[in-house]
Amino acid sequence: MTGTQKLISLLTALLLSVVSFAQDSSGKEVEMADQMRSNGRIYVVIAVMLTILAGLILYVVRLDKKIAKWEKQEGKS
Amino acid sequence: MHKSWWKILSVLLLTYTFTAGLLLDVPHLPALQETIRNLYFHVCMWFCMMILFTVSVVNSVKYLRTNRIRYDIYARQYATVGIVFGVLGYATGTIWMSYTWADPNNPAAASFSAIAREPKLIGAAIALLIYLAYHVLRDSIPDLDRRARVSAVYNIFAYAMLFPTIWILPRLLPSLHPGREGNPALNFSDIDNRMRVVFYPAVLGWTLLGVWISTLKIRLNILKEKTLIHP
Repeated sequence: MTGTQKLISLLTALLLSVVSFAQDSSGKEVEMADQMRSNGRIYVVIAVMLTILAGLILYVVRLDKKIAKWEKQEGKS
Repeated sequence: MHKSWWKILSVLLLTYTFTAGLLLDVPHLPALQETIRNLYFHVCMWFCMMILFTVSVVNSVKYLRTNRIRYDIYARQYATVGIVFGVLGYATGTIWMSYTWADPNNPAAASFSAIAREPKLIGAAIALLIYLAYHVLRDSIPDLDRRARVSAVYNIFAYAMLFPTIWILPRLLPSLHPGREGNPALNFSDIDNRMRVVFYPAVLGWTLLGVWISTLKIRLNILKEKTLIHP
């Protein structure tokens, strides 16, 4: 597995865990000790912002790799 | 990918900024309230812009001294990414001020006329327009060497104009924007120590991200230049 694939799978795992947090509110009793639901749910905001940051960084890393590949080809010819 | 420690450092610092910036305790101030956390984002955009413009002008001077086209590419791309960060700073400032400066009791037009007269906003807009004109000027000259030389000279002028427009004039005129009395966010008496722990890493993280994007654009343009010469 390349580094990018590892990163993507890590990100997917993170996202899934967030989704599972969002779904277990169907019961009558309200669970308040949950990390994602404490402190005015600020952790949810952090999760969203970190996801956006991760997406942007991933994009920049991929661009960097693409350009490096092109540079290699240019060096050979 | 060019693996560099500073790229990793940038990601780490930004991750730290996004978590610690929202979680750590901040001073409780009237009107600002939680929006004081924007210091880690909005103010960093301007810091990053200023640093990138400085790198750009240094490369312009280098071009004039050596006549190597490589420095012209550097100067241009750092200026471009600097403008992007400046526009982001402007946009985030717009959001921030609509919830702190604008008075909900007044009609929107009254708030707008007060905010539109802000010297800091006008100055920043002029500075960004001058840098946009740098790109218009560049692209209007077809000859490679002349374009590089004229735009390097213009870049020095644009950098010199940054100082009156964003540093001096806003401090001479009455303004709602904080930091008129000294150096905003750098002055040791007006920024809380709790915020400094996040603010300085945030500036470094954002700046490194800006440099990273600039180097990508530079490498791309150097490749383009090569394929133009030997197609």
